[in-house]
Amino acid sequence: MSRRPYIRSMKPGWWLGQRRYFVYMVRELTSLFIGLYCALLVIGIFRLSQGRAAWDGFVAALSSPSGIIFQLICLSFAIYHSATWFAVTPKAMPLVVKGEPVPARTIVAFHYGAWAVVSLIVLIAAGI
Amino acid sequence: MARSNKPILWLPFAGGGLVAALIIPVLILISGVLVPLGLVHLSYDKMAAFAHNPFGKLILFGAIALPAWHAGHRLRMTAHDLGLGGGAVVKVICYGFAGVLIVLSAVRLVLV
Amino acid sequence: MREEITLEILRYQPELADEPRLQSYIVPYHEDWVVLDALNHIKDNLDATLSYRWSCHMAICGSCGMMINGEPKLACHAFLRDYRHAVIRVGPLEHFPIERDLVIVMDDFMDKLSSVQPYLITQQKRQLSEGENLQTPLQLMAFKQYTLCINCLLCYAACPQCGLNENFVGPAALALAHRYNLDSRDGGKDERADVVASDNGIWECTFVGACSEVSPKYVDPAAAIQQTKISASLDWFKAWLRPGAYR
Repeated sequence: MSRRPYIRSMKPGWWLGQRRYFVYMVRELTSLFIGLYCALLVIGIFRLSQGRAAWDGFVAALSSPSGIIFQLICLSFAIYHSATWFAVTPKAMPLVVKGEPVPARTIVAFHYGAWAVVSLIVLIAAGI
Repeated sequence: MARSNKPILWLPFAGGGLVAALIIPVLILISGVLVPLGLVHLSYDKMAAFAHNPFGKLILFGAIALPAWHAGHRLRMTAHDLGLGGGAVVKVICYGFAGVLIVLSAVRLVLV
Repeated sequence: MREEITLEILRYQPELADEPRLQSYIVPYHEDWVVLDALNHIKDNLDATLSYRWSCHMAICGSCGMMINGEPKLACHAFLRDYRHAVIRVGPLEHFPIERDLVIVMDDFMDKLSSVQPYLITQQKRQLSEGENLQTPLQLMAFKQYTLCINCLLCYAACPQCGLNENFVGPAALALAHRYNLDSRDGGKDERADVVASDNGIWECTFVGACSEVSPKYVDPAAAIQQTKISASLDWFKAWLRPGAYR
């Protein structure tokens, strides 16, 4: 009897088949919104260099309904990126201090702390 | 098989991931929530001064370039996951998008 | 009245048909039975043609990996009582060619496993007179979890990159390479890098993390691969700074 192995190929919608793959895809797509927001920042720098009127127009656009909605979507994905990035950092960089492994919780907490500090500095610099 | 040169793409991706995680949310909070609510005023004078300052330029560039690269690389890998292939077109679009943002911001920050 | 439960199994018998088909079996339900017990009941009493691999029945040999309700599991490790109110769908592990019924072709995996040179590599052969390699508990702790792999292939079935690229070396092989790279007695990281740090090695991984979620021995291949990405990147950078020092 000869062998006839049956080859199954991946379906294009494979990531819709299971919750874990869908969540993975959402995590990856956070980068799209981070990229789009970076584009917004670049536009902002250009408007800044074009003078006061251009800059004020940019700020007004930020506050437009579509501007706010777009940025809120970006913000949700950016926060999800931060949370997932911090959660996996202990796996990529396990730390051993004085012969004992540093608990993953501690590494994650340190990142959240750094996040809070950076955010506070930026907020103060922006003049909140 | 031979050792890959992927690290040149991956290291800035990893760095960009951390920078994006730490700084992008607060930036969006400011520009997308606090400014529209009137709680923060990004005046032209203050922003121009920041962008003229060499330290300010460095921070702005870092906050844009590294997350932009992170996004470009990750989108390229995701395109492959979605069945759009890993060919030249995908690479050009993804790294091109990131590259354009990086070059534009570098040039503009140097000249402004 | 004895309770029963239905198993819907993907059959593939190349001598009978070109395509796989589903076949349902009704087996007795026992509170302490696992899916493997149900399969053995089918083979012994209902259909002797059903083919599947199994051995230890205690989640240590790694033979009975299969898809159970879409999740890669060891058949001896999946209790009927966790599936009791529905039909249990049983199929061969994803991302492998099907040999027959629940038996997959794992030849490629065996090649990938040996390609990472999963043995101690030292620059100088150790003489008997030097005595044993000494290792502190701390040095053992560094790599111990990566020694626990039972080659059950659940991680390959869970990993979408394994499905998208059949040449991807894969989680178990890369975790095993990491086990040796971290072993204080080993000096073979550079030699393994030609496979481990190749495009089909660690760089195919996008840290989905499914491999670590399904590992019955908690090997955490995802962690092994991410750690290898960092060390391979640093090695690459060092080689770039000093071109002669590395191959």
